[in-house]
Amino acid sequence: MVKCLEAEGVEILFGYPGAAICPFYDALYNSPIRHVLVRSEQNAAHMASGYARASGKPGVCVATSGPGATNLITGIATAYMDSIPIIAITGQVNLEQLGRDVFQEADITGACESFTKHSYLVKSVEELPRVFKEAFHIASTGRPGPVLIDVPEDVQEALAKSFHYPERADIPGYKPKTGGHPMQIKRALEAISQASRPVICCGGGVVLSGAREEMTAFAQKSGIPIVSTMMGIGVMPMDSPVYLGMIGRYGRSYANRAIGEADLILLCGARVGDRAIALPNQVAQQAKIIHIDIDPAEIGKNMRVDVPIVGDIKTVLAALAERVEPAHCQDWVERVLRYKREFVPRGEDREDRVEPRSFIRALSAMMEEDAILTADPGQGQIWAAINFTQKEGRFLTSGGLGTMGYALPAALGAKLAKPRRQVLAVCGDGAFQMSLCELATVVASHAPLKIVVFDNRRLGMVREYQNSRYSGRHIATHMDGNPDFVALCRAYGIPAALAENNRQAEVLAAEMLQTPTPFVLVCRVDPETPSV
Amino acid sequence: MKYTLSVLVENQPGVLSKVVSLFARRGYNIDSLAVGTTEDTTMSRMTIVGEGDDHILEQVEKQLNKVIPVIKVRSLGPDAVTAELLLVKVACDPQTLGKVNQIAALMKAEVADVSKATVTLRFAGEHDKCETLCDLLRPYGIREISRTGVIALERG
Repeated sequence: MVKCLEAEGVEILFGYPGAAICPFYDALYNSPIRHVLVRSEQNAAHMASGYARASGKPGVCVATSGPGATNLITGIATAYMDSIPIIAITGQVNLEQLGRDVFQEADITGACESFTKHSYLVKSVEELPRVFKEAFHIASTGRPGPVLIDVPEDVQEALAKSFHYPERADIPGYKPKTGGHPMQIKRALEAISQASRPVICCGGGVVLSGAREEMTAFAQKSGIPIVSTMMGIGVMPMDSPVYLGMIGRYGRSYANRAIGEADLILLCGARVGDRAIALPNQVAQQAKIIHIDIDPAEIGKNMRVDVPIVGDIKTVLAALAERVEPAHCQDWVERVLRYKREFVPRGEDREDRVEPRSFIRALSAMMEEDAILTADPGQGQIWAAINFTQKEGRFLTSGGLGTMGYALPAALGAKLAKPRRQVLAVCGDGAFQMSLCELATVVASHAPLKIVVFDNRRLGMVREYQNSRYSGRHIATHMDGNPDFVALCRAYGIPAALAENNRQAEVLAAEMLQTPTPFVLVCRVDPETPSV
Repeated sequence: MKYTLSVLVENQPGVLSKVVSLFARRGYNIDSLAVGTTEDTTMSRMTIVGEGDDHILEQVEKQLNKVIPVIKVRSLGPDAVTAELLLVKVACDPQTLGKVNQIAALMKAEVADVSKATVTLRFAGEHDKCETLCDLLRPYGIREISRTGVIALERG
């Protein structure tokens, strides 16, 4: 198994040992592969996800059988929903004990059936090289996703007569399509030439396929304005003149207006999630829809589509960019840009508390252009998504599953993938407490991560929902018993500071970005601050 | 709308559960599912009969195609060759035995077993014919039924 990982060029593993995975760990003893010991398996999967997103290579996480494996599940499901290539390796009880409910046995392949792209329960040592080759191929090609490899302890211990790692995977039922159908591309070009109010909507697929350049070229040549979903943030510099902003329930009103008033929408690698487009059929009634996605099942799943194009966004966009003529939409572009210009972002600096929205805007100006930002679901995710001006950097968040506690481990994974880049995690006090055990992993891996904790002593987004939906009947959203985060971080040996207002927060943020070690900046936030 | 899918899969452990869990998770129902080997020992064929409109059928096909060990998915039209195997155990006494026998002869069902109080018939045919046989036998008291579900192949 270790040889397979080496053959795949794996440099780092995130894991947590236990008896059933010990043979693998013992073999790791002599391997140059770096192992990062996490504090809880779920975070190993999130770190692998952050690593994969930052490096563009599959991230690998390892856990033992039973509880180790079940703890991985949330991380695997998170990666599945966001199409992130990770390989999860789990130990399993001995083959002959399978199914007898022995100590630390869990049917992990069964449990993960609905949120792995594929899974293997390896029954013999001879299968291992083929399984690993296939797993890495499946995880990283087509629409990426997590692949689980469950290996019984005795299979790990067995000795193969010889080791031969296959050069390629040959899977009869897996042939992802990459090039778009020329006929459909022609139809798309026709639709674009006839449109007077076209808009491009970028989803996470554009980021995953590395189609940044192609998207920019296509948008510039055609002159069509761009909006993005949360997962599509960072597909081009947000201050680019053609980029409008993030759409959706918590998106920018002008971006939603562009979608609502368009007569042609080019959905690129966007799966029409309910948080991005709440009423897809209404939108589709008003506009022609071109949908480009590598996963044919996404096309037409949530929205009626006029021109379906199955293929890799990068390839399809390159083909479109080559042949597209400037769209006849000057008035329309003027109109949507005016919407954007007229918009006044909310949230002004405060003296008594840290106003998170204006602080994120200030922070964004202080950070390097290629900084990687991660954010935990909740209000902090929205504050970060719409107020941080992404340029050459990345925005990593759990968009699909909305997993709290993702930001810190994902940021660590990203930092280990890109040690020279600034990496900053934005957490609320709720989510931070779901993964703060990993502060120890941050310390142990000498990764100078920066963490901003917005502390309003509330589960802010649920509370906001209780305000709007349950007439302010707040229940179970007051975080009684929160610790002194600054003291806690210092106990881990991590420098930390508390900001009570925006002025302090900016001074401390500057200090944080200068500090060569990890740093946690805790910001006291007013619970009444809205998400948008 | 009823649909019949012929799904060619790799013949390996766990494939059935991958396919079935997909149906369960996405809320598609299955009327019947039959699995067996094919002319190629590395492959099995699943015949799945389900219910849903065109949109659901399209999604079922697309989602099935995403399951890695699924090699080919084909939606079969109404003119496909179909068959189902039925075993039905009917109560009978000396008075009704003749009647049951007549029904069996009429439908070309085989008598697979006879006991003092029951007759078990074996019948292979299209789904509707299986239904007809059951309807005809019902007045005599059906004790048990076992059916394989539909298997199907395209014509020609």
